[in-house]
Amino acid sequence: MPAKPKIAFFDFSSCEGCQLTVIDALQTHLGLLDQVEIVQFREAMTEKQDTYQIAFVEGSCTREADEDRLRAIRKQAAVVVALGACAHLGGVNSMKNRWAIGNVQTYVYGEKNKETYPSYPARPISAVINVDAAIPGCPIDRFEFLHIVQMMLQGRVPKLPDYPLCVECKLSENACLNTLGKPCLGPITRAGCNAICTTYGDGCEGCRGFAPEPNFEYMREILRGHGLSETEIDARFTMFNHYQLQQMGEDAPLSPEGLQSLNGELPTSTFAAPKEAEGHG
Amino acid sequence: MAKKKSVDTNNVKINVHHVTRVEGHGNIVVDVTDGTLQKCELEIVEAPRFFEAMLRGRPYSQASHITSRICGICACGHATASLRATERALKVTPSEQTQLIRKLVFHGEILDSHILHAYMLIAPDFLGVGSVIPLASSHPEVVMRALRMKKFSGDLCAAFAGRHTHPIAMTVGGFTHYPTLEEVEALRARAETLVADVDATVELFGTLPWPAFERETEFIALVHPDEYGFIDGKIGSSDGFELDLDEYRSVTNERLSPHSTAKHAAFNRDSYMVGALARYNLKHEHLHPRAKAAAEHLGLSAPCFRPYLNSAAQVVEIVHCVDDTIMLLDQLLERGIEWEDPAPVTLSPGARGVGAADVPRGILFHEYQIGEEGFIEEANCIIPTAQNLGNIDLDLRALVPTLLSEPADQITHKLEMLVRAYDPCISCSTHFLNVEFVGK
Repeated sequence: MPAKPKIAFFDFSSCEGCQLTVIDALQTHLGLLDQVEIVQFREAMTEKQDTYQIAFVEGSCTREADEDRLRAIRKQAAVVVALGACAHLGGVNSMKNRWAIGNVQTYVYGEKNKETYPSYPARPISAVINVDAAIPGCPIDRFEFLHIVQMMLQGRVPKLPDYPLCVECKLSENACLNTLGKPCLGPITRAGCNAICTTYGDGCEGCRGFAPEPNFEYMREILRGHGLSETEIDARFTMFNHYQLQQMGEDAPLSPEGLQSLNGELPTSTFAAPKEAEGHG
Repeated sequence: MAKKKSVDTNNVKINVHHVTRVEGHGNIVVDVTDGTLQKCELEIVEAPRFFEAMLRGRPYSQASHITSRICGICACGHATASLRATERALKVTPSEQTQLIRKLVFHGEILDSHILHAYMLIAPDFLGVGSVIPLASSHPEVVMRALRMKKFSGDLCAAFAGRHTHPIAMTVGGFTHYPTLEEVEALRARAETLVADVDATVELFGTLPWPAFERETEFIALVHPDEYGFIDGKIGSSDGFELDLDEYRSVTNERLSPHSTAKHAAFNRDSYMVGALARYNLKHEHLHPRAKAAAEHLGLSAPCFRPYLNSAAQVVEIVHCVDDTIMLLDQLLERGIEWEDPAPVTLSPGARGVGAADVPRGILFHEYQIGEEGFIEEANCIIPTAQNLGNIDLDLRALVPTLLSEPADQITHKLEMLVRAYDPCISCSTHFLNVEFVGK
């Protein structure tokens, strides 16, 4: 019997929810541990080895230091898998890209300390290294994760569905939310989650990225039909996919306030920043 | 780390790069030079994510779905605090049914998080292994029990919210989905079978030798007149204060010193502690009877100043939340589930609201200002770990001198265990400035 493949998990800018979903997948599929050897999983274990064949990477690249770490992982691993929307698309982290980075830093840390933590616009890991496969979603779907891992263990190349979410939503026998007056990005979003959000009554937010050849204009038309303003439509388009839209040359305009602050016209609020001390020790 | 035969207690340097079995990235740095403690701190090296800044200009309806992405473990807790902030800003009163179901989802998350922490992150320290994975072969019954309990917790969240990470059906003013009564009955039956697992959990953790270290500090938690509550309520302090949620900034008091080094969250003392031990200390009298018995079995009695026992308090909360879940499911079955459309909002210029939830790691605040078009203008989130950092540093500083005669790897292990006891969730890095600890 060949040696078990060694797999490692790494996290960058993320909530680590995809790694938690991996732990959840083991609840029902503990047998997976017989087929692979997990050699790094900082969130769950102290032991670690630096030799591994498959690297699962969660999170976006948001600072220079991330690039070196990503390249080191790429150098070691035969296969690199982007785990979840942050690694796959930039995900929620890329919402900050709608603002100038200095504005964002000042808002959270204050004028004096805005550079305490270096950061730049969020990108998917594929912007820095070659990625062999992606497991989409925010978070990943545990069954898709298991399916893709099983495929890889058999030496097959996992393929993602190349059709929109609406297909799975119909198969789930859901009433179409867009026809019920609830905004849903299903028509432009890649399937594979089994339409979990629409099944639970909430419109698709696009966390799996766009299906091939998305018809943005028609999607906007549907959303306008729900009475949504252009600003609101932009907000929905950019919750997970701001980076993608920019790469595709699609407009993902900033809010008026964002544009103003980019141009330096709006004084930056420090609502979320800690207070400066006033002598009190 | 190489073992030294003779230990130079006058010069100890410890640098734990990326503490394991915690959420997110943190380093412990200790520097004892010529017998003097030069440096002792938990450094946060997580990339900041700027959630508050990203919320600006977004419709209020997105806020809970965006902020649940702050943390994969506390996703439902962030969603709850976010919804309460929005609802208080937009004058929405959730129905009794909504409040009841939100409590159930919240219990699911407390259980999921505490079980993960106690069994998979804490127990390996005491059972002498590096992770839960070797436990699967050395103590399979322990691991299977943990997975069984964890699965129930996740399924409890999923029945009402669609999934635990990240909840789907929780929305401003209510829910977008309801389970059938049959599904609720099935959960109720499973909850009953969990009781034996809960008892076995208390037994297991009752055998662990908790380190004796203690340091008096202030405890802060959400308090309610008649329950061991996790949502809304008032801000209670073990130093005898009680404040309205709107006054949260005077408690968390995030300040920076003029030289850009840290000032920690501090209310009445140099630091305070939030989380299971704080909740236990402030409101143990509202625990279910079996949880009170568990506390006694685990050696807890209020006020307890032993930070390592935060994990024991989590076990007590596991007992409490299972019993409370059974009680709430019974209430829901008795009243039945009615389809309710989410309660309507009232928009007005510059509406502000504060939401609070006592999530697994402690009290969490969200505050939003929402404009009359329904877009968020300002946002602030204060997470529990940010509030605990000051207390962790002061604990480390008190603990290190007592350990200096031990080998460096033992010191390191005990410091890591202390940090882990707080169950720090560093990946929730909305704000982390309170990390350097220089020249105090």
